Amino acid sequence: MERKIRVLVGKPGLDGHDRGAKVVAAALRDAGMEVIYTGLHQTCESIVDAAIQEDVQVVGLSILSGAHMTILPRILKLLKTRKAGDMIVIGGGIIPADDAKKLEKMGVRRLFGPGTPTVEIVDWIRANAGKVGKSGKVGKSGKVPRHQTVKKKKATAVARWRKKK
Amino acid sequence: MDGIEHRLRGLLRGEKRMIAQIISAVENDCAQGLLQNIFPYTGRAYHVGITGPPGAGKSTLVNAVAKQFLQQGKKIGIIAVDPSSPFSGGALLGDRVRMTDLAAHRDVFIRSMASRGSLGGLARTTKDAALVLDAAGMDYVLIETIGVGQVELDIAGVCDTTVVVLVPESGDSIQAMKAGLLEIADILVVNKSDRDGSERLVMELKFAMEMREREPDWEYPILMTTATEEKGIGQLVIALQAHIDHLSMTGKLEEQRKAKLLHHVHELVEQKIRSHLEENVMHEHDLRTLVDRIYRRRLDPYRVAERIARKIVKGSR
Ligand SMILES: Nc1nc2c(ncn2[C@@H]2O[C@H](COP(=O)(O)OP(=O)(O)OP(=O)(O)O)[C@@H](O)[C@H]2O)c(=O)[nH]1
Ligand SMILES: [Mg+2]
Repeated sequence: MERKIRVLVGKPGLDGHDRGAKVVAAALRDAGMEVIYTGLHQTCESIVDAAIQEDVQVVGLSILSGAHMTILPRILKLLKTRKAGDMIVIGGGIIPADDAKKLEKMGVRRLFGPGTPTVEIVDWIRANAGKVGKSGKVGKSGKVPRHQTVKKKKATAVARWRKKK
Repeated sequence: MDGIEHRLRGLLRGEKRMIAQIISAVENDCAQGLLQNIFPYTGRAYHVGITGPPGAGKSTLVNAVAKQFLQQGKKIGIIAVDPSSPFSGGALLGDRVRMTDLAAHRDVFIRSMASRGSLGGLARTTKDAALVLDAAGMDYVLIETIGVGQVELDIAGVCDTTVVVLVPESGDSIQAMKAGLLEIADILVVNKSDRDGSERLVMELKFAMEMREREPDWEYPILMTTATEEKGIGQLVIALQAHIDHLSMTGKLEEQRKAKLLHHVHELVEQKIRSHLEENVMHEHDLRTLVDRIYRRRLDPYRVAERIARKIVKGSR
């Protein structure tokens, strides 16, 4: 089976508007992705914890409070210290161009302004998620190699039984 | 180094990223070798299922119960299943929203799972994911099903104890009886007891439970909770512990677990045969020609099935 794209949609910080986040979450779901929605008012720590436990490829954060310059770098740093620096971090909200440049330099992979058509976000995630597994490659069938641990030679019970016959 | 040994060690140490990645591998069907190696380390955790209709408060209840277990110094694994869309294959997994108290706690691991086409209220791989959490050293694994209607009863085949959560507004208990939900309940919870009608529901449930086949020595508690205010949770935790004691003292725990393992083996064999069929025997093209001939009444489905089955049996010799 193809590896599903799993995306965390989080809402760190204090502002209480999660309409945008919900619209994006629904669009990603409709595009066939598994979306973990964490709800309002999340701390950076709990978002990173959730991202790790849910093993998402993408962490999408909606920030409207203007606190993007504290929240996003903090998320990046926490992910790194938790050995999850390979997760893709993207953001949405009203982010001035200067800040956006700085954030992208720090490692935020993409920022989407308000009113971005959801299809654009879907396409971007499709094009970028799952490509950078730990080993940097995607397997033939779209599986990420680090998950392919079935040793072909290790005979399954059925095969052994078959041989005996 | 990325081998099975390495991953197993990380898992047994309880490293969260490793646990999470192993569960993904299990979900994506590429972990058979790993599961074989994990299995000897499982069997210590106690598996509790929480099921009930959509919106009954299952997640809120899981959150409250987990908090109490944490106070006892236990380690908690949680698997929360939500439905995948049959159309897009996508899913919105929102159970975590009710569990934010726990999200960053050291001794908790929460995983959301999409049902991925499975119809029994769980994902096909939920059982294996629960084993992964078991091996990771969890004392309790709490499994929340999707919001169930009448027939999604897989949970009973996975857990040691099944808690069925109902609410006053989820209809009268006759519906629950019809549903078979009552038949899988070891403990019944009437949640949202802050709302009207919960006492009446408790009465009705008492009556309904008297009519069902019951095990001796277990009184099938019917509890009232208000999960949002963490009311009645202590009672529920006590009931859970009493059920564990009951199962171990009567020898039911072993008996039940053996029956479930047998069922698991059956399921795995079926899956293997099915994928063998799809990969090696039933080629799309051949089948279409066959169906053509069946359609024109040159062949019949019964004979075709018989022939295919024979071919498989021969092929496996
Ligand atoms: N009044 C009241 N509301 C509650 C109680 N328990 C949960 N709720 C609310 O009921 C709603 C659904 O709760 P959840 O815990 O998400 O229910 P669920 O059964 O997990 O829902 P699904 O997973 O979607 O099937 C939320 O708004 C809760 O806050 C309760 O005891 N009383
Ligand atoms: Mg829920």
